Amino acid sequence: MELKVVGHRVKRYDGLAHVSGETRFVDDVIIPGTLTVKALRSPVSKGLVRGLDTSAAEAMPGVAGVITAADVPCNAYGMVPEQPVLVAEAIRYKGEPIAAVAAVDEDTALEAVTRIRLDIEEQEPVLDPLEAMKPDAPKVRPEGNVYMYGQRPFRQIVFGDVQTGFKEADLIVENEYFHPSMEHAQLEPQVSLAVPEASGRLTIHTVSQALYFHLGMLCGILQMEPNDIRCQAWAARTGSAWRHNAGFSDLNLAGGTVGGGFGAKNDLHADHVTALLALKTGRPCKWRWTREEEQLYSTYRGAWRMTIKDGVKKDGRIVARQMKSIRDAGSYTSLNAYVVDKHCFLAAGPYFIPNVYVQGYCVYTNKPPASSMRGFGVTPTTFATEVQMNRIAAELGLDPWEIRFRNAFRLGELTPTGRVVSSAALVEVLQKLAAQAGVDLPADLKALTSARKGEAS
Amino acid sequence: MYSIELKVNGRPYSVMVDLKTTLLEVLRDKLFITSPKVGCNTGDCGACSVLLDGRLVRSCITNALTAAGREVTTVEGLARPGEIHPLQRAFHEHYAAQCGFCTPGMILAAKALLDENPEPTRDQVREALSGNLCRCTGYVKIVDAVMAAAQEMAGAGALKAGRG
Repeated sequence: MELKVVGHRVKRYDGLAHVSGETRFVDDVIIPGTLTVKALRSPVSKGLVRGLDTSAAEAMPGVAGVITAADVPCNAYGMVPEQPVLVAEAIRYKGEPIAAVAAVDEDTALEAVTRIRLDIEEQEPVLDPLEAMKPDAPKVRPEGNVYMYGQRPFRQIVFGDVQTGFKEADLIVENEYFHPSMEHAQLEPQVSLAVPEASGRLTIHTVSQALYFHLGMLCGILQMEPNDIRCQAWAARTGSAWRHNAGFSDLNLAGGTVGGGFGAKNDLHADHVTALLALKTGRPCKWRWTREEEQLYSTYRGAWRMTIKDGVKKDGRIVARQMKSIRDAGSYTSLNAYVVDKHCFLAAGPYFIPNVYVQGYCVYTNKPPASSMRGFGVTPTTFATEVQMNRIAAELGLDPWEIRFRNAFRLGELTPTGRVVSSAALVEVLQKLAAQAGVDLPADLKALTSARKGEAS
Repeated sequence: MYSIELKVNGRPYSVMVDLKTTLLEVLRDKLFITSPKVGCNTGDCGACSVLLDGRLVRSCITNALTAAGREVTTVEGLARPGEIHPLQRAFHEHYAAQCGFCTPGMILAAKALLDENPEPTRDQVREALSGNLCRCTGYVKIVDAVMAAAQEMAGAGALKAGRG
């Protein structure tokens, strides 16, 4: 078969626009009369809003509108609909938005934010997930500091029986791994431009990486009708409530041009705020986060603490793996629960381990919500499990290449979640890598294939 | 407010600025030339890079008054009708632009280098682009593109010299 794309160089459809400066990112959409948005953010990590007076800010010349929690039709959103757009009472992280201002220019908006009177009763935060898991820890949220997977406070993966596996093992290798939090550091910060159209429709120019997720969430927050049936299904699944009107669609997301995402734009950051201000003022509203806001308050890859206990045979085969991982999720679920899921599903990596037991905890702390970042939790899994492979090899006096060949998935084997591996290629990938790295593998490893064990290749 | 005159991509403009207006604000907010980006607004990422009298500057930390009477070049000014600049073509053909946000600044940093040093080594290219951050590519393809453009431009120069 002649392939038209695979094996050929295909020019990017947007490449010429990128090199000529013609690509129009959200901040490059410039509409006369657009108001500049700035937010009042919490100065403390935990506390209660006891007083909020926006009258002085609203009275300032040049200020077109100020919004607080009272202006949000449905002040709870997310995969688990729980995160407020603007804090009503309980502050859960430093930098959490409490109010937002739309003004004629940036200076006026910044000045107006300083004129909002805010009284906070500061509370003791919990910032370390291990502390947060203790029964007497301060509560990030009233329902507890650990996300509940059904009846369990952790995602559980059970495959075979690890205790039996440990008994069969010649050696136990146990290590603890720590993966720090990371900021995506995409070049384009969070930007949103909401434009009320003459038709009554609201158009939001968005940097979203997840347009349909966000359309559903925004329809819930704004109590508007989504303009696509798939979003209604999504809103229903996420529990968002929205007013359903037959007839004209109210909300239009204009997106797809993203100046780098890496997972930083899978969560709503600014679109809900600009939308509310645009509806309140009747004017286009643009909010561009500063780099400082992006670094401090946007989502990020949460930190992980991972313990791996492996039972291994002298020939390098891993016969049992017990893994316990703790994810610092920050203050809201955002995509953390799914991040922990994927982390746990991949606990064996590309290796066949007959007995696996995994516990993945998603723990809340008084930090900005962590969320997705490149790999949804799998990157820390891979970091920990691959370092573990090297440590096992060192303890057994084996070559780090060899131990990977000994454990590599073969066709037909099972993953810890019970899936049949129908496409295995690690053996071949390792052989190719070794060749490119100039590593001369022993003849028996060169002869291996991903075919089923016991089958001639 | 002060009235200043400056040239951008060969065209003269007169704009009103105050003491804290940046060159980036003049370009984006007053002239609607949007290829210089607001990435950090603190002079760290290079997405706002432009050429000021041929020299690479970060326009977000360049006071607009210092541009008075001078000539600014943005990536919009590189192409001629029907003919894009060799650097633009090389960035396109070598996949040096992914999300595209850093690309305009990156191309101008490369142009500033090639104007001064038409035959740079890969290390010299990396050094010259070190003030421009890219989060997508890992830089290898960007260096490939600059080297390819340098080669093409040197070839064109040799051809011209031969004809001359």
